[in-house]
Amino acid sequence: MTALTTYFNDIYRSVSSTMTGMRITFKQMISPTVTIQYPHVKMKMPDRVRNRLFMNFDDCIGCELCAKACPVDCIDIEVMKAPPTESLGETSTGQKKRIYVTKFDIDIAKCCYCGLCVYPCPTECLKMTDVYEFSEYDRSNLIYNFGTMSPSEVETAKIKVKQYDEEQTAKKAAAAAQAAAAKAAAAAVPPTAAPVQNAPPQSLDSTPTQQ
Amino acid sequence: MIETLEKPKTSTGKTLRTEEMIVNMGPQHPSTHGVLRLEVVLDGEIVTDVIPHLGYLHRCFEKHCEHMTSYQQVIPYVDRMDYVASMTNEMAYVVAAEKLLKIEVCDRVHYIRIIMAELQRIASHLIAIGTFGIDMGAFTPFLYYFRDREKILELFEMTCGARLLYNYMWIGGLSHDIPPQFVEKTKEFIVGFKKTLQEVNDLLNYNEIFIKRTANVGILPKDLAINYACSGPMLRGSGVNWDLRRDDPYTMYDKFEWDVIVGKGEMGTVGDVWDRNMVRQLEMWESLRIIEQAIATLPEGDVSKAIPKRIRPVPGDAYGRVEGPRGELGVYIIAEDSVTPYRIKARAPAFVNLSVITEISKGAMLADLVAIMGSIDIVLGEVDR
Amino acid sequence: MNELKLLLENPIVMSVLLAFVPIVFILVYALVTLYGEMKVAAHIQNRLAYMENGWHGTLQPFADILKLLQKEDIIPTAADKFLFSLAPYLVFVGTYASFAVLPFSSGFIGSNIDLGILYLVAASSLVVVGLLMSGWASNNKWSLFGSLRSAAQIVSYEIPGVLAILGVVMVLGTMNMQTMTQMQDGGIQNWLIFGGNFALGQKLALIPFMFILFVIYLLSSMAEVNRTPFDLPEAESELVQGYNTEYSGMKFAIFYLAEYANLFLVSAVVVILFFGGWTSPFGSFMGGPVWSAFWFIMKGMFFVFVNIWLRWTLPRLRVDQLMYVSWKVLTPFALFCIIAIGFIMVV
Repeated sequence: MTALTTYFNDIYRSVSSTMTGMRITFKQMISPTVTIQYPHVKMKMPDRVRNRLFMNFDDCIGCELCAKACPVDCIDIEVMKAPPTESLGETSTGQKKRIYVTKFDIDIAKCCYCGLCVYPCPTECLKMTDVYEFSEYDRSNLIYNFGTMSPSEVETAKIKVKQYDEEQTAKKAAAAAQAAAAKAAAAAVPPTAAPVQNAPPQSLDSTPTQQ
Repeated sequence: MIETLEKPKTSTGKTLRTEEMIVNMGPQHPSTHGVLRLEVVLDGEIVTDVIPHLGYLHRCFEKHCEHMTSYQQVIPYVDRMDYVASMTNEMAYVVAAEKLLKIEVCDRVHYIRIIMAELQRIASHLIAIGTFGIDMGAFTPFLYYFRDREKILELFEMTCGARLLYNYMWIGGLSHDIPPQFVEKTKEFIVGFKKTLQEVNDLLNYNEIFIKRTANVGILPKDLAINYACSGPMLRGSGVNWDLRRDDPYTMYDKFEWDVIVGKGEMGTVGDVWDRNMVRQLEMWESLRIIEQAIATLPEGDVSKAIPKRIRPVPGDAYGRVEGPRGELGVYIIAEDSVTPYRIKARAPAFVNLSVITEISKGAMLADLVAIMGSIDIVLGEVDR
Repeated sequence: MNELKLLLENPIVMSVLLAFVPIVFILVYALVTLYGEMKVAAHIQNRLAYMENGWHGTLQPFADILKLLQKEDIIPTAADKFLFSLAPYLVFVGTYASFAVLPFSSGFIGSNIDLGILYLVAASSLVVVGLLMSGWASNNKWSLFGSLRSAAQIVSYEIPGVLAILGVVMVLGTMNMQTMTQMQDGGIQNWLIFGGNFALGQKLALIPFMFILFVIYLLSSMAEVNRTPFDLPEAESELVQGYNTEYSGMKFAIFYLAEYANLFLVSAVVVILFFGGWTSPFGSFMGGPVWSAFWFIMKGMFFVFVNIWLRWTLPRLRVDQLMYVSWKVLTPFALFCIIAIGFIMVV
């Protein structure tokens, strides 16, 4: 008897649950759709959205903090310390640039969009935009060259730096010779004002601003 | 389970010679949820043995972590471990790291983390039940659930800018505070979502065909579940009342009122596929309860106050564990006197849960094997790491 | 002009021309159903489906067919090339041959034979051979699984299906499908699902049994065309794609075409058996050969829609449950109905 009851009960439940399911799907069929027609209509992006990286090269001071923060090493920077005599201009925040940034490449194909590079930037020149359509047929096109220095400019900069370095070494040698002479002449007098060597730009000392 | 049929006899009375067939299920199979390969030995339709082969998605997560330049950089990698529940991965890592660094964060951070983790649990369970429905041949509930998961992802995107891999929970705080509309939108979501939950419950979970397919299939007994160190819905589906959120309350879970869902064997035996699926379904209701309480009593505070400028812990180790959507997710960090971790080990619940598949799918049918796999809810990103 | 007339009077030419009607119908119908299925599925799932080609994507089926035509026709190296190539055509021919006896309208039927429904059942069974062939010839374990499942399934579901047909044949006393339809003419109350054209007592007694037979035939027809919840042969979550895993290009398209044609075939049989075939629901109003073709196709499409609707609602059965439903539920019920109908018709 129980087997028979289960048998009919199963049939009843199959039919009724199928009917319930069909009712639900029919209700959904006549309710409005929720999708959008993507290439024609686009979703509104929230303010904090993290998509393609954008870099404002004019504001870069070459501190390399972003490259250090990147977990996948997609930011490739080459820098050269400029001689203090050279004026490289200022960032929009009023910080003085002291370093030649000869190369600033972001390999967006490697980028994992974590946004870690954005936070340490002292001049806020790196930011993630809401652009998400940037596919390319060639992978090399995804390496974005943000650096604006042309090869000839880089060459001149290199020469300037080299000249300055030579001057510095010459000065240093002269100073050393002078010091040695002075030492030999009068042992009691200490040398004054040793030349400042490799002073890091101020920005490197300052702690990264937290958002 | 189905008892193996007797071997057919020939007219002379000898047992007919039958051969077992070995098929490779995966790595490119629609229902292996990624790139798992199962070597299945089949006797007709009946599974006699299952050997899982892993490693198709191995990305050296643990090794990568040793070569970072800071502890902070590990978080994007942790995100990619279990890519459908990134928030809980981050939570496990930051809980471990904060233990290691002895950082105290303010209540608001805890609350927001709990809201995020519970939203993530819902999002993950939605995928789990939805894809399980696909495995059973019902495609429609999957899209209903994805429709609502989309709303959760929108909440996440609004908060941290990313939809899937968030990098949101930082050691000592959060990358952003929640945006002003967040609370309101979450409330809106909860109202709409409860309807979908009920609807899919009727459409899928209580459909007679679905019940027949899942009840009394792939039964995982209590003792076996404990012996295999299963956790999460897998363990609770077998009737073990164990939830880290209650039994080892990390962050502030002890402040909230909610119930641990345990499989009761409503449609068949305790620990069958239906139970595991139902535990997930009901857990979403509990998550909603937690979120409702948390957004109602959200304290004020600065979420980024405790974030250290430079992380250089004293040598030592710490183990942080959280109850992820798939079970106990643990992160073990060994620190030496350096800015990078010496070693990071993750205890991935999906990996541990998967190990039981050989045990519970013997004697089942090929279609049941698919059901069992769906009910384990593996994410290959986490299994292989 | 005279020659043309002479040519048309030639019986061979005439039958070739007649044979073209169903194939044109199948092709047009397949395009419509392809579009319809995608749209219905999408709207059930709150999506929109095709929207790009033409108004609301109406040209998309043509694009799909063009794509399939352009695709490389791959035959696996280890496959049995002859059987592999033959199988899709055999499947299609089985279905197509059955269209010969369908009374599309009061004025058109391919072949008005007396054993129409028997011929239809026999011819559509040819599909099994094609499916088995495709699975075996693919030399793929999943395909083999799929074809074996489908053979077992179609064979077992033919029994309740045929029993249901038998019940109707007992009531109507004919196997000629045109006669069957004509017997239900005269308005909606004469359809067999509402008791047919009989005396009131008999009519009322028939209704419940006819309804059960209708459900039985609907279910077994769904199993015969391999659609959810009986789509085990091509259960994509278990068997990848079943018997047509290895097929590509036009061969795959022909499998698809055969599946859709078969879907209409069984829906048409449901309509002829229980819903009055081409007869108008309003008696002689909107009757006549053209209107009757309209009614026939509309009713058939309605059941195609029901099939699609069910497909996107229900999960899939397991093999043993599939057999259970056929042998332990549908067959006993059908037998019971037949006995009951026998009594009703005698009394």
